[in-house]
Amino acid sequence: MPEKVRPKGLTRRQLLSRSTAAGGSFVVGAGFLAAPNGAWAMETAALKPETMAALVQMARDIYPHDQVGDEYYVIAVKGYDTADAAEGIEAGIAKLNAAAQAAGHDSYLSMGWERDRVDILRAMEDDPFFQQIRGGLVTGLYNQKAVWPIFGYEGASFEQGGYIDRGFNDINWL
Amino acid sequence: MTAPFDLSDDSVVVVIGTGAGGGVLANELAQKGVSVVALEAGGRHLPEDFINDEWDSFGQLAWTDPRTTSGDWRVARDFSGLPAWIVKSVGGTTQHWAGASLRFQEHEWKAATTYGNVEGATLLDWPIDAAEMDPWYTLAEDKLGVTRTGDRPGLPGNNNYLVFEKGAKALGYRDVHTGRMAINSDDKRDRLMCQQTGFCFQGCKWGAKWSAGYVDVPAGEATGNLEVRPHSHVARILHNEAGKVTGVEYFDADGNLQMQKARIVCVAGNSFESPRLLLNSASSMFPNGLANSSDQVGRNYMRHMTGSVYAVFDKPVKMWRGTTMAGIITDEARHDPSRGFVGGYEMETLSLGLPFMAAFLDPGAWGREFTTALDAYENMAGMWLVGEDMPQATNRVTLNTDVEDQHGLPVANVHFDDHPNDIAMRNHAYQQGVAVYDAVGATRTFPTPPYPSTHNLGTNRMSENPEDGVVNKWGQTHDVENLFVSDGSQFTTGAAENPTLTIVALAIRQADHIAREMGAGNI
Ligand SMILES: Cc1cc2nc3c(=O)[nH]c(=O)nc-3n(C[C@H](O)[C@H](O)[C@H](O)COP(=O)(O)OP(=O)(O)OC[C@H]3O[C@@H](n4cnc5c(N)ncnc54)[C@H](O)[C@@H]3O)c2cc1C
Ligand code: SF4
Repeated sequence: MPEKVRPKGLTRRQLLSRSTAAGGSFVVGAGFLAAPNGAWAMETAALKPETMAALVQMARDIYPHDQVGDEYYVIAVKGYDTADAAEGIEAGIAKLNAAAQAAGHDSYLSMGWERDRVDILRAMEDDPFFQQIRGGLVTGLYNQKAVWPIFGYEGASFEQGGYIDRGFNDINWL
Repeated sequence: MTAPFDLSDDSVVVVIGTGAGGGVLANELAQKGVSVVALEAGGRHLPEDFINDEWDSFGQLAWTDPRTTSGDWRVARDFSGLPAWIVKSVGGTTQHWAGASLRFQEHEWKAATTYGNVEGATLLDWPIDAAEMDPWYTLAEDKLGVTRTGDRPGLPGNNNYLVFEKGAKALGYRDVHTGRMAINSDDKRDRLMCQQTGFCFQGCKWGAKWSAGYVDVPAGEATGNLEVRPHSHVARILHNEAGKVTGVEYFDADGNLQMQKARIVCVAGNSFESPRLLLNSASSMFPNGLANSSDQVGRNYMRHMTGSVYAVFDKPVKMWRGTTMAGIITDEARHDPSRGFVGGYEMETLSLGLPFMAAFLDPGAWGREFTTALDAYENMAGMWLVGEDMPQATNRVTLNTDVEDQHGLPVANVHFDDHPNDIAMRNHAYQQGVAVYDAVGATRTFPTPPYPSTHNLGTNRMSENPEDGVVNKWGQTHDVENLFVSDGSQFTTGAAENPTLTIVALAIRQADHIAREMGAGNI
């Protein structure tokens, strides 16, 4: 099971003071990326923090679930923050930013509306970079045990003796 | 107790694969005192080893050796390296299966006669019929402990079933119930009773569901006549100058090539591996592959017409609780060409966990249209549609000599194009499936495309005439008298029903035949 990203002992004020504006709902600083409220933070190893921020936003735009926090999207794409993967990811996000600029925006992250970002993604849907990220998310996001309860899914049941006495037929609205 | 046989013992029957066909055949032969060596590519996994987690279980049990695909089926696009979701393990795909155990309808044994000429289809009548199979079906039902047969009660319905049943009745369907399942519904038998755990597709940790892996294989071993060698991948079947098979070459657990001699060889590797093995066993005497003088090995691949319908309601269903396949509507299984297609289909409840739902609901889809469906996961109900598909000569397993597996053997390429009859039937089934859920107030429905194939049939089909198929009515190859096919690849046509009960019945019948013929000194 992927570990949960945890704030690295920074207070919200320290975070904000060390950050540069990245747009979107992230705080980006030297070698780190965080939630504006300090709920989570991650250090980046191989990727530029703003690249990671764009990647997390891209992940959410591909599989948007408003009730699922950013930290789960961070976990879903964290595996790309390696020396091997970084070059491809930087190039892919650069393409996203170029497309955003061609559409009159500063960057992908600076686009305020999901609709506009999705237009950019639709246009590059067949691109191997897009397919790599989308394909990886199918397990990267939905196979995190920590997100299952958000969808109501109960996971393993053998240990609790199955549902024979725990509501396998408890539907009450039919 | 397990009998160890020598590699040079040429009196044994070698069975390749230990799934529904091979596992049952090996046990049945052992019960009759025949010496059997069963070679199984996968390892041993018992109920305590199974994992209540979709992807982890897939990693534990699924066959993930390379295969390739072609054709217009969507699986070739969405899952190009995974044409089938089947198992590599002692017990084969009966480790994963849901347990639906249905007999063919009488007319389905005679598809060519009943359906007449269907353009592009290579329909054929089976050389056996319902009367011939009746006693074997009864033995199979008793072995598997099928509910609603004999004195076995039906299972209770879970939430997913209750939604389905209500919709079915509202639509006027009559034949809806909790199915004929190879799952224990009471405490009176040797296996535990179903605890409504869900995860039937991940292996039943209670052992309530029948699997050849933990039922037939140990029973056969207990006789002292059966040796099962796990992690043994058969590469080639060998023959002598008289054209009789003499043994098999296989890679053992350490990757070393071994040779096991045999009096009889029975192939039961499921419908991709069985023809692949025959084709990979080509020799100067049999240049097109073993038992392939008809050129039918690998052809007429059938996977059932399938699809699913999921529906979202305004209130919770929690479909994952309890048996995965919890009920059936059989009203559409009849042959009624007025619907615009020949043959029929079954509707069966099905549930996937969140991880598999994300992968299979609409493979490749993204964005809010897709994610709002998953947001409503808790309020979803689901059913699977399974019907008879048309055999076609060009739907075919061939060797792909450009791709090799870990043993350096050419892999199977699976080519499949839907027949217009399959498409017409699927569209009808989608419409009816959606209607069932609309009748209970669904707010949104999803006609979901076929998953990688779970039912794989027909690639060594049974035929009266040696030119039309690969095996005769006993599963014995037309060309080689001591070579048999013992799995779903024998199917002449697919019928609407889930295939395993028929595979098991055929295996019990074949064991009886082989033992008799051996006793008489005929083979
Ligand atoms: C998720 C799922 C649900 C299902 N539900 C149902 C259901 O409800 N009802 C139903 O009737 N059917 C169901 N099925 C289908 C059923 O499981 C199969 O039809 C049946 O198991 C096929 O039997 P078989 O003997 O042809 O092959 P398998 O059971 O697949 O056995 C083949 C075995 O051969 C081994 N093998 C292959 N090649 C080699 C080789 N070269 N050397 C050695 N060993 C080899 C494999 O590892 C495997 O263990 C389901 C299948 C799946 C995947
Ligand atoms: S629901 Fe029943 S049959 Fe299925 S895995 Fe659980 S206990 Fe076994």
